[in-house]
Amino acid sequence: MAESLALDLARIQFGFTISFHIIFPAITIGLASYLVVLEGLWLYTRRTLYRDLYHFWSKIFAVNFGMGVVSGLVMAYQFGTNWSFFSEFAGGVTGPLLAYEVLTAFFLEAGFLGVMLFGWNRVGPGLHFFSTVVVAVGTLISTFWILASNSWMQTPQGFEIIDGRVVPTDWLAVIFNPSFPYRLAHMSVAAFLATALFVGASAAWHLLRGRDQPAIRTMFSMAMWMMVVVAPVQVLIGDLHGLNTLKHQPAKVAAMEGHWGGETAPGEGLPLLLFGWPDMAAETTHLAVGVPRLGSLILTHSWDGTIPGLKEFPARDRPNATVVFWSFRVMVGLGLLMLLLGALSLLQRWRGRLYRSRGLLRFALAMGPAGLVAILAGWYTTEIGRQPWVVYGLMRTSEAVSPHATGTLALSLGLFVVVYLFVFGAGVAYMLRLVRKGPVNDEGREEGDGGPGHQRHAMRPLSAVRETFDDDGRV
Amino acid sequence: MGIDLPLLWALIIGFGVMMYVLMDGFDLGIGILYPFMPDKHHRDVAMNTVAPVWDGNETWLVLGGAGLLAAFPLVYSVVLTALYIPLMLMLLGLIFRGIAFEFRFKARERERHIWDKAFIGGSFTATFFQGVVLGAYISGLPVRDGAYTGGPLDWFAPFPLFTGAALVCAYALLGSTWLIMKTEGALQARMVTLARPLAWALLAAIVTVSLWTPLRDPAIAERWFRFPNLLWFSPVPLLVAASMVALLRALRRGRQVAPFLLTLFLMGLGYAGLAISGWPHILPPDIDLWQAAAPPQSLGFALVGALFIIPVILAYTAFAYYVFRGKVRPGDSGYHG
Repeated sequence: MAESLALDLARIQFGFTISFHIIFPAITIGLASYLVVLEGLWLYTRRTLYRDLYHFWSKIFAVNFGMGVVSGLVMAYQFGTNWSFFSEFAGGVTGPLLAYEVLTAFFLEAGFLGVMLFGWNRVGPGLHFFSTVVVAVGTLISTFWILASNSWMQTPQGFEIIDGRVVPTDWLAVIFNPSFPYRLAHMSVAAFLATALFVGASAAWHLLRGRDQPAIRTMFSMAMWMMVVVAPVQVLIGDLHGLNTLKHQPAKVAAMEGHWGGETAPGEGLPLLLFGWPDMAAETTHLAVGVPRLGSLILTHSWDGTIPGLKEFPARDRPNATVVFWSFRVMVGLGLLMLLLGALSLLQRWRGRLYRSRGLLRFALAMGPAGLVAILAGWYTTEIGRQPWVVYGLMRTSEAVSPHATGTLALSLGLFVVVYLFVFGAGVAYMLRLVRKGPVNDEGREEGDGGPGHQRHAMRPLSAVRETFDDDGRV
Repeated sequence: MGIDLPLLWALIIGFGVMMYVLMDGFDLGIGILYPFMPDKHHRDVAMNTVAPVWDGNETWLVLGGAGLLAAFPLVYSVVLTALYIPLMLMLLGLIFRGIAFEFRFKARERERHIWDKAFIGGSFTATFFQGVVLGAYISGLPVRDGAYTGGPLDWFAPFPLFTGAALVCAYALLGSTWLIMKTEGALQARMVTLARPLAWALLAAIVTVSLWTPLRDPAIAERWFRFPNLLWFSPVPLLVAASMVALLRALRRGRQVAPFLLTLFLMGLGYAGLAISGWPHILPPDIDLWQAAAPPQSLGFALVGALFIIPVILAYTAFAYYVFRGKVRPGDSGYHG
């Protein structure tokens, strides 16, 4: 009992810290690429509007990046502090992948971030643009390695087990494991979508308040184009990712669908459940409301195909379907709302009311956090769906956990909760203050020279933010 | 297969940790020194001196963690489990330090004191518990069958607590000599008066650790005091004495750069001394680095990256320091004022 409580606390602590952490890098990945686009457009068109937007978003990027750095530092150590037997068992694979992430991404980002944020007047436009591109590429390299590592834990291959630990035998097979390409595409696109929703909501907020300026219109228009083009692409990638999961982790898909087996007669196909309450003890899904055959169509791309039900797996090998069923529906539901937002924006654009339709603007504003919530829901689905394994089929989570006393874990978890809510709460509030302020006309031209003794000489992320807020929150 | 992969990896990780200690050392030292510079303008300037570099400095700590996981997973899992509480406190300290550092300039006037306190508390906590981790690590961690067998509070012992306090002195000295190099006027003069007692305190700490470790562990005494080792290793204490004399003299003569460089050198010597004592045990007292190493397939794969990329990292890090060289002056802009 005490042991399972300690395991639960360790899992909650990891879930809590990584849930906070994933939010910041997701926005970092999206904004870094958005900044590349903005600066590229500025250099190409020489329209000051793009330069203004670049400066506006680079400040928010800087705050967000800083929070990603400190929350990420914790993650690099938690594998050992809380999952020591996992580290010992699989460190031969996950360690080098993490080391490559540090060497090829973290240092690269830290090195060029300074020039990007503070070097506007210190280096030529070409070198500055280069730095922005390098930072954006760095964020994608980072995504590559960490998802290779995570995907290997989902679909391990390219190794042997010798003396009770994993020995890599084929690094290409390790990195390009079966679920990696799908997860990489799904997550990168999710980061872009989440950022576009954040940008779109920021613009909508200003437009709703009557701040109808060309820069804000451009922001809104770009974000809505992302919804039109990228949201459907994400649906396709998600579908492929799901089929890949069905092939390699059928128990996860069964849990996502609340499918126990035996609910329908042969030949009837699988329904797609819209609602239900999977009950792990009773081995059934209560109150199931579904669309007949749609499950078969989506999962097997046929009219009467079926998939293995949860009952086909021993009870000790089943993930918690109650959680996974709902986290999956939250993600998909939000994805559908993104499609709807894109469609509505096309309609209003065609009618010439893109910037004036208050309904659309309110919808876009409400969808601001939707991308991040969908990312969290998606990660809960894939990670809780992997349970009870930490490395799928090889090591159980209960075998991976460090032998800490319950009291020790309760203490550390409590500290993390208090500190994270305080620190990141303040940081998010600060970001929102910046968003509220909006882009400043002609900001790029009045940039002071950087360098020691000047106000913008700093290389650290938040120093790009020049504003000091007085008591009413205005600059 | 003539390459000793575990040895190379031990050197790489040792290098990364040393870079971290030296570079984040002066950042953290400034936080520790904050209570001694109550003037807001001095605090602004002091913070601005490390602003261009602290972010990259902290990345060396991530490299240390990742390198350890890649090359010596056993060490990573045992050390991080055994020292769970001090490491968690260190990480929380680093969060407060990093964030407070950032929020300070952006806060409303009446909120600033919160971030000043968080900066001081975070820097002090992170440093002290780094020292505790170091002390507990070199004291040795009991291991059986690849798992830590000691208790969660074993680190709460005289030696680790002493090394915690010693590291606070060491980082404060690094911070003060860094500020001597990067500032001028009243702030610089203040740092000179602080650096002198800090230098003596660091010397006392080095001497204490040098006597304490061989007394605790006969193997370490044997390592240092047996002939001919004594001859080979005697330059370490001699160089400590010489650089200490030079440091005090440089402070007296008002030298700008020399105190910082000499402090770096002193820290490097202390680090070398600990390495000599511990060698070749990567998990003191019993497990050596070959026993703890990851499979050669892992070591080799990661080594290729490390050997090619670390020089590039060093190059652009050096470039950043070059770009932001020179004194930082107060009042050049009204923004922080």
